[in-house]
Amino acid sequence: MAKIVAQQSYSENKQAEVIMEESTEIVPDSVFKKFFLEVTSLTIFTLRFFKEVIKPPYEFNELMKQSFLIGYKSLPLVAITGFIIGLVLTIQSRPTLAKFGSESLLPAMVAVSIIREIGPVITALIFAGKVGSGIGAELASMNVTEQIDAMQVSDNNPFKYLVVTRILSATFMLPLLVIFADGVGLMGSFVGVNIKGNVSSYLFFSQIFQSLEFGDLFPAVIKTFFFGFAIGLIATYKGYYSNKGTEGVGKAANSAVVLGSLMVFIIDMIAVQVTSVLQN
Amino acid sequence: MLENSAKIEVKTKTDYKPNGNVVIKMEHLKKSFGNNHVLRDINLVITKGENLAILGQSGTGKSVLIKCIVGLVEIDDGKLLIYGKNISELKEKELIETQKKVGFLFQSGALYDSMTVRENLEFPLRKQLSSIPKDKLESIVKEALSDVGLDKAIDKTPSELSGGMRKRLGLARTLILKPEIMLYDEPTTGLDPITSKEISNLILEVQKKYNTTSVIITHDIECTRLTANRIIVLKDGVCAAEGTFEDLEKSADPWVRSFFE
Repeated sequence: MAKIVAQQSYSENKQAEVIMEESTEIVPDSVFKKFFLEVTSLTIFTLRFFKEVIKPPYEFNELMKQSFLIGYKSLPLVAITGFIIGLVLTIQSRPTLAKFGSESLLPAMVAVSIIREIGPVITALIFAGKVGSGIGAELASMNVTEQIDAMQVSDNNPFKYLVVTRILSATFMLPLLVIFADGVGLMGSFVGVNIKGNVSSYLFFSQIFQSLEFGDLFPAVIKTFFFGFAIGLIATYKGYYSNKGTEGVGKAANSAVVLGSLMVFIIDMIAVQVTSVLQN
Repeated sequence: MLENSAKIEVKTKTDYKPNGNVVIKMEHLKKSFGNNHVLRDINLVITKGENLAILGQSGTGKSVLIKCIVGLVEIDDGKLLIYGKNISELKEKELIETQKKVGFLFQSGALYDSMTVRENLEFPLRKQLSSIPKDKLESIVKEALSDVGLDKAIDKTPSELSGGMRKRLGLARTLILKPEIMLYDEPTTGLDPITSKEISNLILEVQKKYNTTSVIITHDIECTRLTANRIIVLKDGVCAAEGTFEDLEKSADPWVRSFFE
């Protein structure tokens, strides 16, 4: 891996290159060292993102294009998933609530579940699968076919053009997709409620809005920015520094999904703790 | 196709006379990847207008050498001077300005798959796009395509092009920035002999039209014969032999001679 990174050796990334090269020489087979190297390299990559995101020129056109591809093109998948989640959650929860005579709480319970937790997490996982793998594979194949090198030698900044735009798009598109998925999920829940009952849409949504508080919505939306950032960051990192060869493309796509999904759960765990501390 | 190709006119090399106008100079240049010492001690001078071919077995560091020149690989030790400037000592802005003078034709062409031929050619000019009028941009793109004989491919995507056309488009994209030094990484690899000859001719045409200095990494002896004014042979990370095609063809060293057999 050190060799591959060294071959890319862009001037802005010399630090990461040197760290990876030298450390691999010291203890080539140590799992701990490899983990340390990966974390160090990812940290440098992240810092470089923040440096490049501020520095002009800005790639607005590419940002818009990526936002369209990442956001708009994910709408159908997110809509279907959200609808099914809302429907299934409602149908599964009804018998339990019925046992306690609390069937009337069904819309409120489903709404809080979807908006606080299920909507953001499931959408983020779907997003990691669809968008994360796509970005990882795309950048890795560009790396394999020397397209990233070609950008570098033609006086363009591939990091800014490829990495910054994709991370920003992922960061800002995921919250919008989550809000959309939440809405469609509630529609699914409405259908689920009416399979075995007859509740008007006015009553259903009145119950939902009465049960929801600002404290349910705000943290749920904020954490999705972090989900999007983490998914974009991992995917671009894995693609940008993929091994040369077709195997590297597969590995980059796979790692982007696995690590991106893992990061979603880790961030979710931290977000729950932070939210509960702040609310108390 | 065969009839047409039989008519391919073979261009002749320009009468190159060694001059004191040094474009690239390497002094004790070294590069290693871990314990793999790829370039051990490279000393080389390339002068203005020269076509230098670099031969050597696979893995001897030919591509690494030209990637050092273009800045894709950082050297470990020694000096690399481009137009008299030591690139290791240059600040970022100066380095970018120096590297702008260097064009690189990748072995695979390295075309942007998601873009059309036109977009591929416009991409290197992105920084100047706002200052170039649309009709001027159109003429720049068309001229670049015309130089490599791809006038009709402007709205195609790279996947619709043949191997030879991809190489030519890669060359057009490089030339659009008007480099003074052209680096060719195995320009004829994977091409049939006729297309290889076309690419070799193109290298000569580019050199004549733009007065470029060229460094050509190749395994193709015919391409070397047609294009190179001077040849160096790399072995174990050092320059093992140097001379004209005729000199090296008759070299006393059987290993060097074996490249030309």
